[in-house]
Amino acid sequence: MTDAAVPTARPHRASLLADDARMKRRKAAETRFRLYGLSAIAVSLATLAIMLWTIFSDGVSAFYQAKLTFPVTLSSDLLDPMGNGNRDEMVKVTTVGYNKLLTRAFEAELAAKGIDTGELSNKDVNALISKDAAGDLRAMVLANPAVLDTTITAKMLAAGRIDGYLKGRVTMQTAERDGQISPEQLQFADRLIDAGILSSQWNWDFFTNPDASDQRPEAAGLGVAILGSLYLMILVAVMCVPVGVAASIYLEEFAPKNRWTDLIEVNISNLAAVPSIVYGILGLAIFINFMGFPQSSTLVGALVISLMVLPTIIIATRASIRAVPPSIRDAALGVGASKMQMVVHHVLPLAAPGILTGTILGLATALGETAPLLLIGMVAFVDNYPSAPVEGFLDPATALPVQVYGWAQRADPAFIERSSGAIIVLLAFLVVMNVAAIILRRKFERRW
Amino acid sequence: MRLVNLTVSAIAIAAAATAADARDQVQVTGSSTVLPYATIVAEAFGENFDFPTPVIEGGGSGAGRKKLCEGVGETTVDIANSSSRIAQSDIDLCAANGVNEIMEVRIGYDGIVFASDVNGAEFALTPADVYGALAAKVAKDGAVADNAATKWSEVNPALPDQEILVFIPGTKHGTREVFDTKVIIEGCKATGAHDLFLATAEGADDKEKKANADKACNELRTDGRSVDIDGDYTETLARLDADKTAVGVFGLSFYQNNTDKLRVATMNGVVPSVETIAAGDYPVSRPLYFYVKKAHIGVIPGLKEYIEFFVSDEMAGPDGPLAEYGLVSDPELAATQAAVAAETPMGPLE
Repeated sequence: MTDAAVPTARPHRASLLADDARMKRRKAAETRFRLYGLSAIAVSLATLAIMLWTIFSDGVSAFYQAKLTFPVTLSSDLLDPMGNGNRDEMVKVTTVGYNKLLTRAFEAELAAKGIDTGELSNKDVNALISKDAAGDLRAMVLANPAVLDTTITAKMLAAGRIDGYLKGRVTMQTAERDGQISPEQLQFADRLIDAGILSSQWNWDFFTNPDASDQRPEAAGLGVAILGSLYLMILVAVMCVPVGVAASIYLEEFAPKNRWTDLIEVNISNLAAVPSIVYGILGLAIFINFMGFPQSSTLVGALVISLMVLPTIIIATRASIRAVPPSIRDAALGVGASKMQMVVHHVLPLAAPGILTGTILGLATALGETAPLLLIGMVAFVDNYPSAPVEGFLDPATALPVQVYGWAQRADPAFIERSSGAIIVLLAFLVVMNVAAIILRRKFERRW
Repeated sequence: MRLVNLTVSAIAIAAAATAADARDQVQVTGSSTVLPYATIVAEAFGENFDFPTPVIEGGGSGAGRKKLCEGVGETTVDIANSSSRIAQSDIDLCAANGVNEIMEVRIGYDGIVFASDVNGAEFALTPADVYGALAAKVAKDGAVADNAATKWSEVNPALPDQEILVFIPGTKHGTREVFDTKVIIEGCKATGAHDLFLATAEGADDKEKKANADKACNELRTDGRSVDIDGDYTETLARLDADKTAVGVFGLSFYQNNTDKLRVATMNGVVPSVETIAAGDYPVSRPLYFYVKKAHIGVIPGLKEYIEFFVSDEMAGPDGPLAEYGLVSDPELAATQAAVAAETPMGPLE
């Protein structure tokens, strides 16, 4: 026995159960470290909560709309002066004529229900009907002249300020200072609510109507923007997936490792970081000015966005192809498969979930992009729906984020609510796409 | 592989379709001040005519005119809206690209107003007050001195005892030009600073000297009391909301849509309104235009009808929807209508 076996005294350590000073410092540092992470998450969650709260508190009201319900007799002596139901003759009656019919029906209904209009002039009373209503009615009659001389129960949009009153944006105090509405008109609106003529209803029009001018915010909807975004997504998927997958397969499975492939690799990573406005400039120069594609069309928008998301998709696809273990490839080649059979029968199916997720996430970023669309004329007032594909891809359209941007700049405060409402719709689209990506990954993912 | 083929052929079909089909809707671009008026007209046009609704873009007067001058053909725009008159450089660019005949259409006038928070103090301004508050150098005791005013009441005792803070349109806005010429230079002249600048201005002849003096007038203070807003009026409104004592510059139509939030300032004692601007009493206003590529008339369906509809009495007249929205209708509208009907191209600039 040597004295090496003699346990040396440990003066700092009194007990295993009580921490000494150094241990306390370490543990405190550990706790602080965890707190940093926790507070970082708290900050981001708080920001997200504030953002969502602002958007939802401003935007939820866009999904409800004040409407006036009253019977309208579509008398043919006003709408079809020639009396022959000929559409060419009927188009000569403009919205001014239809407006006359509407206001007459509205005044008749007021008289029939005995609603007191107070001191208001007829003009002030009729100002409660949206300027869009006459156009709506005209489109309906021209589409189906058989409705002439019948009485329909018209559900007409109420003017924007009245809608604001029902939503609490317009009050008696603001109306006093407002040139467009008076407190008397609001009191009159109260009587209309009591009589059941004016009510707030679920607003399908917000999803289907096209954009509207500054004078009729109540009629503005997302129809053209949703269609435009949908067309963009379809086109981008059709163009990006084949090109992206083919490029990734070649780079991963066939390309020799040399200076050229290195250069291509560096370029792809660089392109993924190029600001999106640059692609817009490129699109304007190549697709519109050189190739002569029509301005504002979804085709040009999709080409530009495809260029933008292609690098992202290639990077994601290559990563998932690389994640397929080499043993699978070796086994396939070992039993005599050709290289193409190995890729198509074994690697691609195994990499598919990763490719899908990458593509969907790429499309989701593309869905929220406005900058490249700015230069190719898609940030515009578009009032007509694009026609059905394939021709519809050449028609002008807008996209959801473009509509958000456009409405945020309008003068009428009613557009603020619309803008936030459009953000909610856009967020819903993004959530659906991201959830789809997660589900697909969970369902098809393979672990080795 | 089949997918790749499909894509390629789809693009080829699309390209062929473009070449075969004429564009069937009017394309308009340009000033964001004219944009709301143009959308009002376009919407009514789409409702009442059998043509598709024109597609209208914003983006600024200068950018719009440049786009108009890119050339002739379906891929170029038909109309550029503009809140300032076309410049010789634009006309030269147009000519270089084969756009030889442009029609100039004046649609009316737009007022520019100063406004503050609705619960704030009242402002009765003159161009001299604005100049005294915002210029970098002012006339003091017969000499040019740095602007030291920090409160409105120091500029003019009749004004509120309130810190000076004004949000003005950024230099890329067409509105800034009017603000500079109709307010700042007028104020510069009224306070006598213009004469002082003129006396020391460099230049070969009187014209150059005057231009340099104007330039000296337009130098605004850079100590943060005059803030350029490069965004839209909505941004100015948001800034006013955050800074209740500030004053902002707006278009008349924007103010009219937000009378519940804004208190308008008088200029030379005149309250801005469609009537006072039409009568010429309110000094700060400017004409609005759009420019039409004549080569496209007869090629793009509905173009002629759209411009005729735009200047018709039922749209641009004193009782039309544009006037209701804040456009001051042009007293010479009948002459404009005749020129549009005859498709008269504009002559050289005077």
